[in-house]
Amino acid sequence: MYSKQDSFRRPTRLSIPRIISTLISLALLSSFTSSGAQAPSLGKPVTASQLSGFDLIIQPDGSGLPAGRGTAAQGESVFRTRCQSCHGESGEGNSSATVLVGGSMQSEGPPLRTVGSYWPHATTVFDFIRRAMPADAPKSLTDNEVYQATAFVLFLNGIVGRDEVLDAQSLPLINMPNSEGFIDQSHIQ
Amino acid sequence: MTSNASLEKAAGNGLINRRHLLGLGLGGLGVAASSRVLSQESSLEFQIPTWSRRPGPGPSAYGERSIHTGHIGRLAGNPNPLYPGGGASRTPLHQLQGTITPNSLHFERHHAGVPDIDPAGHQLVINGLVRQALAFSYDDLLAYPMVSRIHFLECSGNSGTLLGDNPVDGTAQSIHGLVSCAEWTGIRLSTLLEEAGVQPGASWVSAVGADGASMGRSVPLSKAMNDVLIALYQNGEPIRPEQGYPMRLFVPGWEGNISVKWLTQLKLTSGPSQFRDETSKYTDTRPNRTSTQFTFPMGCKSVITSPSGQMALSRRGLYQVTGIAWSGAGAIRRVEVSADGGASWADALLESQQSEKALTRFRIPWQWQGQDAVLLSRATDDRGNVQPTRQSILADRGNLSFYHYHGLQSWAVSADGSVRNVYV
Repeated sequence: MYSKQDSFRRPTRLSIPRIISTLISLALLSSFTSSGAQAPSLGKPVTASQLSGFDLIIQPDGSGLPAGRGTAAQGESVFRTRCQSCHGESGEGNSSATVLVGGSMQSEGPPLRTVGSYWPHATTVFDFIRRAMPADAPKSLTDNEVYQATAFVLFLNGIVGRDEVLDAQSLPLINMPNSEGFIDQSHIQ
Repeated sequence: MTSNASLEKAAGNGLINRRHLLGLGLGGLGVAASSRVLSQESSLEFQIPTWSRRPGPGPSAYGERSIHTGHIGRLAGNPNPLYPGGGASRTPLHQLQGTITPNSLHFERHHAGVPDIDPAGHQLVINGLVRQALAFSYDDLLAYPMVSRIHFLECSGNSGTLLGDNPVDGTAQSIHGLVSCAEWTGIRLSTLLEEAGVQPGASWVSAVGADGASMGRSVPLSKAMNDVLIALYQNGEPIRPEQGYPMRLFVPGWEGNISVKWLTQLKLTSGPSQFRDETSKYTDTRPNRTSTQFTFPMGCKSVITSPSGQMALSRRGLYQVTGIAWSGAGAIRRVEVSADGGASWADALLESQQSEKALTRFRIPWQWQGQDAVLLSRATDDRGNVQPTRQSILADRGNLSFYHYHGLQSWAVSADGSVRNVYV
């Protein structure tokens, strides 16, 4: 005696219409199981030039860095007027969250982690200042001012000289003191 | 009525077998499950209450909670004028039940406050190593096929205070309240990435929000193509502003910061962008002074939410110990509870619909007769991960960083009924 399920296993006579309808069913099935196949494709093409004022991402190899340049000497006035109230006269900060200079990863006790002692990439300093600083008016600095402020913060940490010019070419070449201090765990997912 | 003598002990210091929660005679467990209470004559007088003597307000366009539950709220720190809009608020885990966090109580962590985004002026851009850079409006995205998933979200700084040398006098909320759980509905990220056409050489996706900080995080492409969502709805309603309205990235099981809110850009890149929040922050310095980076999955973890820190047991008798468990690696398979500081353990009852990277509620009966007790819970997930002790985390990772703490939580119950956070 066949159970209801077993009855589906009985051979059926193949006909051309049946084969065609089966193929159509399979095609529909595959289109619904592929994640993108049923999407309506409503994205509008955009060009790189359209995004030039929108895409703020700076990669560690310097890609994305805008035109412009600046030195620490120029950056001091930017720092005094736009950064110092939170970060202190010499980058010493007014809290553990705003200290920019000092510390050593090899110190006794918990290390003070700052731009100088901890940050592995100079490009991150530029990227972060441009997208998020000053905290009360983010994105209000010009690209030149961001280069200048970046240079001044690196100068306070003894990483660049006072008159060293930072631009899209020189910034990615700066070797940060803790650049070898990180272990990539992104393979653990 | 089940007499206390018939309760099957499951572990030391009063833990009762979880089977007594399965409709086997302890229905009123939390309230009046002692024969002594039932044998006393009730002195209550029953009258028709005033609210039964008049009609109440009619239907409304938007519901409000009872004024009698107005004390339930998030715990937010004081505003820092030097960090406008920054900071966090914590979910009142000890005041909630089940596994779904109400949207109004979901924890928050902001880096430049909550932006007021008009969806008509918001775009989601996909660019970088793609065949064609694309922009999607909010209305565009509403037309895409969506999926719903129940997932926890946990800030990687959650519970980090337990790495301190001395146990803080805290609550389940103040110590562990940076975890919440919701049903997230949205578009598979893979759907949009396939439309843009991922180019060879792309291996990361840099996600950026539209808040004042334009906060960014880099997501490995393998994860992005797997289970990451562009979430548009939370528990059925459009995502609230503090959770990323009109859209957020949602990265199941991973540290909360990578689920970028107010999502406005996804850039395909060959490597991570090394944003501030994946270098200076959200990295873990080890005792040897190297730091691990891109430590994504949240650990296998649990916490007892009742009884918990700063609660007070007001009577002797039967209690229901309950809490939540979760794992960024998979589903919770087991939660054990101890009432004697970890000397003996009993399996708790797990209560959950879907527990893959979601909160799971656990419960177990406990007899308290005024004795000193230390309550702990220990979770195991379906990948075999077991929640570690605080000591083993300290031995393994030290305490130079406070992220990704998932050790056992110990709550001490004193003879006077008070409950406090302790280390064992």
